[in-house]
Amino acid sequence: MTQVSSLEDRFLQIIDADEKIEPKDWMPEEYRKTLIRQISQHAHSEIVGMLPEGNWITRAPSLKRKLALLAKVQDEAGHGLYLYSACETLGIDRSTLLDQLHTGKAKYSSIFNYPTITWADMGAIGWLVDGAAIMNQVPLCRCSYGPYARAMVRVCKEESFHQRQGYEIMTVLCKGSEEQKVMAQDALNRWWWPSLMMFGPNDADSTHSELSMRWKIKRFSNDELRQRFVDMTVPQAELLGLTIPDKDLKYNEAKKGYDFGTINWDEFWEVVKGNGPCNEERLRARVEAHDKGQWVRDAAAAYARKQKEKSSLSKTA
Amino acid sequence: MEAARKKFILQWADNSMILGQRLSEWCGHGPVLEQDIAITNIALDLIGEARYLYQILAVEEGKSEDDYPFMRKEAEFYNLLLVEQPNEDWAYTIVRQCIYDHFHYHFLAAVSRSKDEELAAIAVKSLKEVRYHLKFSSEWLIRLGDGTEESHQKMQNALNVMAKFASEAFLSSEADLWMLENCGEPDLAKLKETADKDLLEVIREATLSWPNQQTVRRGGKAGIHSEHLGYLLATMQYMQRTYPGMEW
Repeated sequence: MTQVSSLEDRFLQIIDADEKIEPKDWMPEEYRKTLIRQISQHAHSEIVGMLPEGNWITRAPSLKRKLALLAKVQDEAGHGLYLYSACETLGIDRSTLLDQLHTGKAKYSSIFNYPTITWADMGAIGWLVDGAAIMNQVPLCRCSYGPYARAMVRVCKEESFHQRQGYEIMTVLCKGSEEQKVMAQDALNRWWWPSLMMFGPNDADSTHSELSMRWKIKRFSNDELRQRFVDMTVPQAELLGLTIPDKDLKYNEAKKGYDFGTINWDEFWEVVKGNGPCNEERLRARVEAHDKGQWVRDAAAAYARKQKEKSSLSKTA
Repeated sequence: MEAARKKFILQWADNSMILGQRLSEWCGHGPVLEQDIAITNIALDLIGEARYLYQILAVEEGKSEDDYPFMRKEAEFYNLLLVEQPNEDWAYTIVRQCIYDHFHYHFLAAVSRSKDEELAAIAVKSLKEVRYHLKFSSEWLIRLGDGTEESHQKMQNALNVMAKFASEAFLSSEADLWMLENCGEPDLAKLKETADKDLLEVIREATLSWPNQQTVRRGGKAGIHSEHLGYLLATMQYMQRTYPGMEW
C-alpha cells in the first residue's frame, strides 16, 4: 500500500511539475485507461473523419481543390497513424483498437456522422470542424502524457493549415455567384450546431472531466473551449457575409464574448447513441475496408514469414 | 503548337489524370492505413503530373488547366484503356499499377532524353516520383503473388484480366511517331523490350505467370474507350458541368 502511494506521489509530482509521463513510468490504472479511451477515440475520429471529406475527392471542382482535398484526407490518415502509435505505447495494439471501433465499443467524434451534401461542406468542415478540433487540441500539446502531447504538436500544425484552407474555400464561394453563396450559407446552417456539440456536454454534465483536469490530460473545460470557439468564429462569419443560424447570438459587453442559444442535446445524444444520419454508413465503410483488406494483410504477413525463414536458412547454410 | 505535340501531351496527361482519379477512389478505404496513405500519394503525384502538362496547353491555348480534365468529352480523352479500368479490389489495383508503372517509368526516362526541353523537364521531375511508384507496385505484386494461396490466386486472376490492356501503351500513335521523328524520343517499340523484361522478372519473382493470350485491347489512344470512362468522367466532371463557368 505504501509503495503504491509513493509511486502515486511520484506520479503526481511529475504532473504538478508540468513534466511528462512517459510509457515506462508508473501510472495509475485509471490514467492509462482514460488515455487509451481518449487517444483511441481521437485516432478513430481521424480515420472515420476521412469518409465525409473523401466523399468529395472524386468530384472536387478543380485540379487545385482535388489535390488539396486528397492531401488533406491523407493527412488525416497520417494523424490516425501517429495516434494509434501513441496509444500503443500504453500497452494495447492497433488491431484491438480497430476491433473496438468496428464492434461499436469505442466511439469517435459524432460530427462525422453528418452527411457532406455539397462542395461547400468541404469549406465548412475545414473552417468549423477543424477550427473546433484545433480549439480542443492545442491544449493537448501540453498534455501530461508525453507521446500524446508530441503527436498533437504535429497534428495541430496540419490542422491549422486545413482550417485556413477550409476558410479559403468559403471565401471563394462567398465571393462567387448567388448560387455559391446560398451553398455556403446552407453549409454553415447545417454544420454550425454540430460543431458546437464537438466540445462535448456542458461542464455540469461532463463525466470524465474532473480527473482529466487533475491529471493535466485536459486543461480547459468543455464550456470554456466552446465559448472561445464561438468568439473566434462569429467575426469570421461576418467577414464572409454569412449568418450564424442562432437567433439568440448576441455580443455580451460584460463578458467580452458572445451569448449563444441552447444546444439541442437530444440530437447530440441521439447521434452518440448511433442514430445520426450517417452512423451506419460510416461504420459500415470502415468495417468493409477492414474486411476486404484481410487477405492483403494475411498475405503480407505470410510473405514476411517466408522471407524471414529464407534469411535464417541462408544464415545457417 | 503542332497538333501532334498537343495530342502527345494529352495522351500523357490523360493517363496520369485518369489513373490518379481511379486511385483517389481508394482514399479512406485502403486495406491498411499505411497503404491507404501510399496509394493516395501516388494519386497525388499522378494528378500533379497531369496538371503540369495541362498547364502547358492552357497557356498555349488561352484556356484554364481545368478545361482539360473537366470539360472534354469521352472521345477527346486519349488515355490508355488500362488506366480507366475499375479498381475492383487491391489485387486488380496493384496489377494495373505495376503494369502501368513499368511503362510509365521507361516512358519518362525516354522523354527526359528528348529534344523537347519543356516536356523533358516534366519527365525528369516525374521520374523521381515514378521510381518510387514502380518500387511500391513491384514489391506489392511480389508480396501478394508469393503470399498466401488465396492472394496468389487473386493476383493471377487479376493479371489474366489486365494483361490484354498492357500492350496498348507501346503501340505508337501518329503523335508518338511525330515526337520520335522530331524530338528523338520516345521510341515506344524499343521501350517495350526493356519494360516487358523488367515486368516479367517481377512477375516471376511473384511466382505468377503472364497469361498465354494474344488478345490486345486498344483504342484509348484514339479516343475510343471502354464503358468505364463515361462513369468516371460523370463523377469527375460533375461540378464543372452542373455549375459551368464558376470559380471554386
